[in-house]
Amino acid sequence: MPDTIPAPALPVGHYGYDQVDRAFLADRVEQFRDQVARRIAGTLSEDEFKPLRLMNGLYLQLHAYMLRIAVPYGVLDSRQMRELAHIARTYDRDYGHFTTRQNLQFNWIRLEDTPDILARLAAVDMHAIQTSGNCIRNVTCDQFAGAAQDELVDPRVHAEILRQWSTLHPEFTFLPRKFKIAISGSPNDRVAARFHDIGLVAKPAPDGGTQFDVFVGGGMGRTPIVGVHLRDDLPEEDLLAYLEAMVRVYNEYGRRDNIYKARIKILVQALGTEGYRQKVDAEFASMNRARYRLPPETVAAIRARFGTPDLNAPDDAAARLDRARRADPAFDRWVRTNTHPHRAPGYISAVISLKPAGGIPGDATSAQMDTVADLADRYAFGEIRVTHMQNLVLGHVRQDELHALWQALRAADLASANIGLIGDIIACPGLDYCALANARSIPIAQKLGARFASPELQETIGPIEIKISGCINACGHHHAGHIGILGVDKKGEEFFQLTLGGSPGSDASVGQILGPALPEDATVDAIARLVDAYLVHRTGGERFLDTYRRLGAALFKDAVYATA
Amino acid sequence: MPLLEDGQLVPDTWTTLDADSPLPATGPVIVPLSRLEEGLARAPGEKLGVALAPDTEIDTLRTALPRLSLVAVTFPIFRDGRAFSQARALREHLHFTGEIRATGKPLPDQYEFLLRCGVSTVALPAGSDPEIWARAHTRFRIAYQPSVRGERAEGFTMRRVL
Ligand code: HEM
Ligand code: SF4
Repeated sequence: MPDTIPAPALPVGHYGYDQVDRAFLADRVEQFRDQVARRIAGTLSEDEFKPLRLMNGLYLQLHAYMLRIAVPYGVLDSRQMRELAHIARTYDRDYGHFTTRQNLQFNWIRLEDTPDILARLAAVDMHAIQTSGNCIRNVTCDQFAGAAQDELVDPRVHAEILRQWSTLHPEFTFLPRKFKIAISGSPNDRVAARFHDIGLVAKPAPDGGTQFDVFVGGGMGRTPIVGVHLRDDLPEEDLLAYLEAMVRVYNEYGRRDNIYKARIKILVQALGTEGYRQKVDAEFASMNRARYRLPPETVAAIRARFGTPDLNAPDDAAARLDRARRADPAFDRWVRTNTHPHRAPGYISAVISLKPAGGIPGDATSAQMDTVADLADRYAFGEIRVTHMQNLVLGHVRQDELHALWQALRAADLASANIGLIGDIIACPGLDYCALANARSIPIAQKLGARFASPELQETIGPIEIKISGCINACGHHHAGHIGILGVDKKGEEFFQLTLGGSPGSDASVGQILGPALPEDATVDAIARLVDAYLVHRTGGERFLDTYRRLGAALFKDAVYATA
Repeated sequence: MPLLEDGQLVPDTWTTLDADSPLPATGPVIVPLSRLEEGLARAPGEKLGVALAPDTEIDTLRTALPRLSLVAVTFPIFRDGRAFSQARALREHLHFTGEIRATGKPLPDQYEFLLRCGVSTVALPAGSDPEIWARAHTRFRIAYQPSVRGERAEGFTMRRVL
């Protein structure tokens, strides 16, 4: 067993475990140790073992086991990050991969090491439960939660409540298919609420409490669908009851005959929004609501297990940041692209890009993880957030300390100034890791990153999201990319199909196919021509997406399929 | 088929009938839903159970339920979790207090979920090791939701002590 690492008083930004939560985890680790022992001894066949390992996030990939570790609502503390670094060094090839669902994956794990890894994780209050399988997966959240200026409600307390409620839920652990919930507390959707099985938007209720707008049936995969608006103003005390009703209707009526038709989006389309709503309302009406009521005292008690940052910046913090920006243009550019306004005077949120030019999106070495942990302790109350764009965020940084933070990040090769720009690419693991892939997503991302490496060029091009999937399962969210890239197989050759006009945000839309797929070696050039066409035709500060929406596909089609 | 209750093997006093076998006039029998009326026509006091398919809507049992002593739900494969919802609906919506029996191919690793959804007995699938089921019965101390078993709440949250 690993040494027990003393827990901080209460971690800033996430729920702090107590002895009961630790007892829960300890039991599960021992259960898994027993299962692995039975598998290695041969008393469990691979067929029998598969569902059990999947309950603990252990996948068999193309070359090795992959272990997916849950980062609830994307928030880690520095102690947890250091443990992840340690695991990367000891049990993997010295790096880990932050995912689009705010989790962390290790790609080169040995089966016999997994019980020890889970025990180490448990020692820092982490686990891999429900990171795979047909259950309610890790609940994702706004990466600027609790910090953003535009936020109305900090959604993390409710994300934690949903985490607890869904953890080994006796009724909902064998659903027709996986089930993903995202929650935002800002009117500016940064969680892709409309691309989730359930998307929740928290807002203040007239009585001073919290209420929720509910979206259902969004998703990507081979049938991309923008979720429908199910209801407004769900009172906080009914949150769990209503979700029980929503998921129960899905469990009862969702298709189980065809995995490609098993997500809730297909059920909602089949019943129609009204039909689904009626079934949910009928279930909700017949439930014992007292049993499922979420009382304000429970919410308050869970909130009390969250550490809160003591925000207290000097009066001249903003002025000092201004001076530093004027003195250092490279820093100034990074501040323009990689920060987000904070609600508290003198504070700012900083995004650490995991997208260096030519690198693998979302990968971090153990040394980088340790550096980020140290910097989080020094500058951000020990709190680190993982974003669904596969970057990291330090949520609460004093403005007068931002320059020092940036210098330290630059020294660790973590200061790419490209957040929201063309270098900030999402790519699925693709054929380098994944048995389902048609094509290699990562090399395309690397080539695009190198092609558009110049920070000046990226800033000139402005906000644009490129998302790459190696097959129609759409793990790389290509449907929601302003430019989506999909790997297809043409007679054994890797080809790439472009889609334009997707968006994950409040203006959610599914990208449209531009034309025939392109050979691998023509794809990057074609995208460069497409970007040039945008630069010629945009007006004012128009984003690529807006130019596309204004002018349509024709001119981009001409640019992409022009033969030189 | 061995029958499990509270982690222990117990004798099975029930006879399960298929669609065609003759219905005995006396003794506890489990009939398929299609033969419910026939079963109910036996002398009052004769114990009757009904076996549901995973897609049966629980509400169809509403009128017959007071005269049933057992409802069998089934897992055609362990991944098909509809029976969990059926069991919960029987307990929570229809307040059924008789035996709920899980049949088909549940895994021992699902035992805790079965119990917490209101299942009382499990007809063990062929080849099961009752020892593993017995261990699964006592393995866990904590859960994060209230359940039909009415476990003691733990402290301040939704947690329950099993
Ligand atoms: C070996 C690796 C992987 C395999 C075999 C795999 C498989 C799949 C499959 C089959 C689907 C379609 C599910 C459905 O909609 O029915 C899917 C969707 C998805 N996967 Fe993966 N995946 C892999 C890795 C990843 C990784 C690394 C990520 C995150 C970085 C990821 C994130 C997603 C997301 C976000 C979706 C879309 C879900 C939706 O429809 O809303 N996957 N994956
Ligand atoms: S999109 Fe396809 S290739 Fe990429 S990780 Fe998912 S399943 Fe694999």
